[in-house]
Amino acid sequence: MERSPGRRRFLKSAAAMSAAALPTAALAAEPKESHAQHAAPKRVAAAPSPQARPYMFLSQTEVAFLDAAVARLIPKDELGPGAKEAGVSYFIDQQLFGGYGTMAKKYKQGPWPEGTPQQGYQSPLTPAEVYRAAIRDANNYCRKQHGKTFDALSAAQQDEVLRGLDEGKIELESVRAQFFFNMLLNNTIEGFFADPVYGGNRDKAGWKLVGFPGVAAVYTTYIDKHNVPYRAQPVSIADIQQRTAQVDEHGHAKHVMISAEERG
Amino acid sequence: MATKLKSVDVVTVGVGLTGTILAKELADTGLKVVGLERGRWRDTDPDFSMPGAHDELKYVRRHELMQDLSKETLTFRNATSETALPMRQLGSFLPGEGVGGAAVHWGGLTWRFLPWDFETKSRTLARYGKNQVAEDCTLQDWGVSFDELEPHFDRFEYLYGISGKAGNLQGKIIPGGNPFEGSRSREYPNPPLKTAYSSALFAKATQAMGYKPFPVPTGANSRPYKNEYGATINACVYCGYCQFFGCEMGAKASPQTAVLPALMQNKNFELRTLCNVVRVNLDSEKKRAVSVTYVDSRGREFEQPADLVLLTSYVLNNTRLMLLSGIGKPYDPVANTGVVGRNYAYQTPSSVTLFFEDKNFNSFMGAGGLGLAIDEFNGDNFDHSGLGFIGGGFMQAGSNGARPIEVRPVPQGTPRWGPEWKKAVAKYFNRSFSITIQGACQSYRTNYLDLDPTYRDAYGLPLLRMTFDRHENETKMSVWLTNKAAEIAKTIGPAKMNVSPRTGKYTIVPYQSTHNTGGAVMGADPQTSAVNKYLQSWDVPNVFVVGASAFPQNGGYNPTGTVGALTFQALEAIKTKYLKKPGALA
Repeated sequence: MERSPGRRRFLKSAAAMSAAALPTAALAAEPKESHAQHAAPKRVAAAPSPQARPYMFLSQTEVAFLDAAVARLIPKDELGPGAKEAGVSYFIDQQLFGGYGTMAKKYKQGPWPEGTPQQGYQSPLTPAEVYRAAIRDANNYCRKQHGKTFDALSAAQQDEVLRGLDEGKIELESVRAQFFFNMLLNNTIEGFFADPVYGGNRDKAGWKLVGFPGVAAVYTTYIDKHNVPYRAQPVSIADIQQRTAQVDEHGHAKHVMISAEERG
Repeated sequence: MATKLKSVDVVTVGVGLTGTILAKELADTGLKVVGLERGRWRDTDPDFSMPGAHDELKYVRRHELMQDLSKETLTFRNATSETALPMRQLGSFLPGEGVGGAAVHWGGLTWRFLPWDFETKSRTLARYGKNQVAEDCTLQDWGVSFDELEPHFDRFEYLYGISGKAGNLQGKIIPGGNPFEGSRSREYPNPPLKTAYSSALFAKATQAMGYKPFPVPTGANSRPYKNEYGATINACVYCGYCQFFGCEMGAKASPQTAVLPALMQNKNFELRTLCNVVRVNLDSEKKRAVSVTYVDSRGREFEQPADLVLLTSYVLNNTRLMLLSGIGKPYDPVANTGVVGRNYAYQTPSSVTLFFEDKNFNSFMGAGGLGLAIDEFNGDNFDHSGLGFIGGGFMQAGSNGARPIEVRPVPQGTPRWGPEWKKAVAKYFNRSFSITIQGACQSYRTNYLDLDPTYRDAYGLPLLRMTFDRHENETKMSVWLTNKAAEIAKTIGPAKMNVSPRTGKYTIVPYQSTHNTGGAVMGADPQTSAVNKYLQSWDVPNVFVVGASAFPQNGGYNPTGTVGALTFQALEAIKTKYLKKPGALA
């Protein structure tokens, strides 16, 4: 059973932010690092908190819920880190604090009848408000059913709750369960695969998993090399801004290729 | 109280694909042209410069280059029996905002609609009789033929430097091109792009089946190209960040790359950004537009008088401005009278995704429109007798740049999350591709645009209301076409495949295409069209309404090439007819 992280631990990890974050970025740029090793997340996981950066929106209870949930949605396995290790809870925090969470660029005027599924998002709540309300509702459900909050349940129990939300079999008080679940799943996938600049996809775990190189190189001489896998060390926006990756005259990445042996 | 400004010759409402071309050409004749754009100035730097240009979350999920719905959206319902509700976030389609409009983030595919498309009604009735067409289908001819538009297609392709291969050159069928296309006067200005692996497999299979694959014509340019305005469009580097993105290379044809460099130098042209037009003001008889009213970014209201008003915004806003301004009679679906808002249509895309164990496609590479296509099942290129539908679509396979937030195909039956999902995503990201089908959509009495009675925009004006659902014709067509694509897929021989026809109710939630059409359709009869064959309002002759709003029904191709041709069609009429004798063009 995991303890929910306390305030002291949170402050400690915030202070450790630069120390934890910098070696991660430096490691990512090392051409030697292989697809399967993922040394950096392990190192971060061994620190006092898996979260190396300060949260802007989520409470520690909410972080505990999300860490547990995203770890079931995209689990850590023999293929590599999962969503929790990739910093997806932190990504969601940053998104909820920013324009996405407050529905910037979206239409917010009422009235808000629920409408048909074909009519899409009709909640009067912003995504930030949806998370706040739905996490509370879901934890209340878990307490009622199991006597514990979601993060304290066994993996099998967590999966059962997530399936209940996904299939709409669990009723949440404030929002439709599937509405919240789809938002959580979408944001988890975003946080796993978006450029690390947003705080998720830590150590480019999502990109390494699928073989996506991130910021592109010029592929003019590769596009017609048929059935020849192109495997490069992924390059992020920060790698280029911080000059840990080389660029050509148009600003495209000069990729460092991974050999077949390194790929395993 | 609006400040009244000095009159100008021409105002364009919207400075995107159509507005920039019309502004450039009319300013060149010496007319004073003002371009009013609700969004901001946009150019490669800073809006899509490296490395930030390669940010999937920002451009694909957070819609950096697309319409700000907090200011204006539309409401949607499937049928008149429902209450329309606002589209609160973007999904199904992605209108642009800002200079360049949707032609900044477009995918680049640049087709000429088939000759049949312009005469859908008369040719369908002649070949199959009226029983082939559903009773409530408001099918109609465009009032203009392919041959009339051919010089305008040609002009647009040469302006945007389209890369492709002719299939019908002055009536002669050319191997390697599309044998079904209308006769063209000359070859494309640039050769086709290179061939991706998925396209090569598709070509081999379709050739074996007796079809004629050919390169998709695209505005992702195959080599550096200088157009008639002296603008240089660079060569595409297949970076895979194309559709939904601006091009950091200046290699995707757009207003920014093809037209604005010259237009912004023209002293007769004045661009005003962050200026939202709320109304076209008519004279007391509603026969003549006298000015447009707009609100700027400081909240100031201006009245800009003009002799000629060009509505050059997106399909939806062209229609809405006509409704808000009282230009033409609004459509009444019960009585089937009126014209503005009529014949809204939206394409019927579908796909077959192929999964392999032993083939790698480097799916993240590519360009918008990089693909090989076949046209055997488009338009009326095949016999529809007994099929119970009309129309069709082109189908293609290519590499357009898979980025993992949005494109991570897994075989049907894979769970949506958890360890099995993760394994499948990891395995197939680079080991799959799709055959995509661009299904047409006919027009119906029950699919239309009008003003919403409840919801309003940031200026207090009624939102546009969209009432739309797919009809049996489209569902049958999609199933049939997708089965044809599945036959091709089987010939290629994947380990697994997903066959995904478009069936069921239309939903505004997932992205499908930004191929909305109609609302201000063109035609020969003012009873069934809002504009004549020159895109001129029947009711207010000094207003031209230019864009895919003029399509009477939707074809089986991406719309942009035909929008470009209609722009030059309107331009020629304005230059050679209207300016000499202002008034209704016969």
